[in-house]
Amino acid sequence: MTATPIQPAIEVSHLVKSYAGVVAVNDISFTVPRGEIIGFLGPNGAGKSTTMRILTGYLPATSGQVSICGFPVATEPDAVKRRVGYMPENNPLPDDMRVSEYLYFRGRLKEVPRRSLGSRIDEVLELCDLKRVRHKIIGKLSKGFRQRVGIAESVLAEPPVIIMDEPTIGLDPHQILIVRDLIASLRGRMTVLISSHILPEIEMTCDRVLIINQGRIVAQGTPSDLRREVLGQSAYEIEAAGDLGSLPFLLGSIDPGLSVASEGAPDVLGFRTIKLKTLNPEDTGEAILRACLSEGLRVRALSRAHPTLEDVFLAATRRSWDAVAEDRVPPGRS
Amino acid sequence: MRHFLTILAHEVRMLLVSPSTYIAAVGFLSVMGFIFTGILEAYSKAPQELSPASVFFEIYYFPAIFMVPLLTMKCLADERRLGTIETLLTTPVTTAEVVLGKYAAAYLLYLLFWGSTAGFFYILKRFAGDAHLIDPGPILGGYLFVAVSGLLFIAIGVFASSLSRNQAVAGMLCVTMLVGLIFGGQYLANATWMDREALSPLKAAVDYAQVQQHYQDFTRGVVDMRELLFYVSGTVLALIFSILCVETKLLHS
Repeated sequence: MTATPIQPAIEVSHLVKSYAGVVAVNDISFTVPRGEIIGFLGPNGAGKSTTMRILTGYLPATSGQVSICGFPVATEPDAVKRRVGYMPENNPLPDDMRVSEYLYFRGRLKEVPRRSLGSRIDEVLELCDLKRVRHKIIGKLSKGFRQRVGIAESVLAEPPVIIMDEPTIGLDPHQILIVRDLIASLRGRMTVLISSHILPEIEMTCDRVLIINQGRIVAQGTPSDLRREVLGQSAYEIEAAGDLGSLPFLLGSIDPGLSVASEGAPDVLGFRTIKLKTLNPEDTGEAILRACLSEGLRVRALSRAHPTLEDVFLAATRRSWDAVAEDRVPPGRS
Repeated sequence: MRHFLTILAHEVRMLLVSPSTYIAAVGFLSVMGFIFTGILEAYSKAPQELSPASVFFEIYYFPAIFMVPLLTMKCLADERRLGTIETLLTTPVTTAEVVLGKYAAAYLLYLLFWGSTAGFFYILKRFAGDAHLIDPGPILGGYLFVAVSGLLFIAIGVFASSLSRNQAVAGMLCVTMLVGLIFGGQYLANATWMDREALSPLKAAVDYAQVQQHYQDFTRGVVDMRELLFYVSGTVLALIFSILCVETKLLHS
C-alpha cells in the first residue's frame, strides 16, 4: 500500500454536497491527524451526517476532495472502505440475528481473516462488555446493548479511522460513561470522528472540536481554544448591592478592556448579578473585588466564569446564522 | 465477487431461520399435494391423454405468483427500511454483490421448494406400480422449465423489492409484474386489434414472450435456445435494473 504513516487520517478540502438544489455541505475543509479523537458538533440539519456519509464513501460528493489515510474516496472507494469503521445514525442492526453471528458476518464482509476472526470477536465483546449477551438475539437487546454492539462492530476490523454518528444518543448517563471510556481507550491507536449533541460528552472525550452550521465550519480547535476564540478571554460574575452607577468607570481604571456584559434585576436583599467580560487573560478578580469594596459596594460573591462548550456552541452557531443572514442580503444570489 | 458467497450464505441462513419461509413452504407443499392428489384421482377414474406430470406442471404459475413475492419482497426493501443497507455498503462490498447474493439465495430456496415436490413422483412410482403414469420426459421438462423461468421470476421479485422500502408494496408490485408477464402476453396475443399490419413487429415480440407457450414447449421436450435466451436476458436486465435502482436511491436518500 502506498499510504505512508505521515499522511493525515482524514483530509477534506472544499467539500460541497447539494441535494436537488439544497446545499447540505458548503465548502468544508479540515484535516485530522492520526490518533486524534475529533468531535463534530452542529445543530440538526447542519450537514454532519452528510459529511460523515461522504467520508465513508456511502454518498458521492458534489465537488471537493476527501481522502482517508491518503486514499481519495472518489477514486478508491474500496481502499477507503477497508480503512473506515462506520456506525451510522440510529445504529441500524438486523433484529433477527444473534450478537456473535452478526459480528461474524460483519467480520467476513470486512475481510478479517477467518482464522483470527473468532479471537477478534472475543476481544471486541470483552472491550464493549458484551460477553453476557453474545448469544442473545439483537432485536431483544436494550438500547444500551444495541449501541455497544454497533460500536463493537465498528472497531471489529481494527480500522485506522472510526466514524460514529451520534454514538451516545438515547443512552442513560451510566451507559454514556461506559461509551466515553470506550472511545477514550481508542485514543492514539485509531482516529475517531464522532458527532454528538451532548456537549460535555464531546468536551471530555475529544482532542479537537469542529462546529458546523448550515453546511459550513463555524469554529474549530481544542475546546479551550474555542472558548477563547468565540467568547473572548474571560468572564466574571459578581453579586453586589449598592450604587452601581460608578461601576463602568471603576472597571475601566482596573483594565481598559473590562466591561459590563449584562446586569440582572435586584433580588429581595438588593443584590444583583453582574456579568463582566474582558480580553485580558490574567486573573483580575482580586483587583475587581478591591475596587468594588473601596467604592462602598456590598459584594456577596465573585467568581470567574468557566464557559462550557455549550456556550461556545451556541455563540458559534448564532454567529454563523447572522453571517448567513448577511450573505442572503445581496439580490440575485440563490 | 469475493463477498458474494458470504452474503449468499448469510441470506440463505436468514431465510432458513425465518418463520415466513416455513409458512410459505408448508402452504406451497400442501397446495401442490392437494393438486397432485386431485390429478391422480382423475387418472384413476378414466384414462387421460396427457401424463400426470404435464398436468401437474401446468399450474406452475400458482407458486410463481404467490411464492416469489414471499421469498423476495423482504430482501432489499427491508434493508432500506431498517437502514442496514448503509452499514452493508460501507464495507468493501459492491452493490452488485449484495443484489446477486440476495437473488441467488432466494432462487436456491425457490428451487428447494420445487425440488421437494419430486417426492410426489417418487411416492407415485413406489406405490402405483404403473409405469405409464411416470413419464420421465414431461417430468424433466417440467422441472427444467421451473428452474429456467424461476430465474426471471425471482429477478423480477428482487427488482420489485429494490423499488420500495415497504415490503407490502414490493410484494404487490411483484405479483402485478408476474401476472402481467405470465398472462399479459397471452391476452395480447389473442387480442384482435393486434392483428393489424402496422402492429406486426409488436405482434412478433408478444408471440416471442409467451410464457405459457414456453411451458408447453418445455414439457413436450422442445428446449429452444431462443426461449432460454428470453429468460436469461430478462433475468440479467432485471438484476441490472435492481442494482441501478439501489444505487440511485442512495443518491437521493
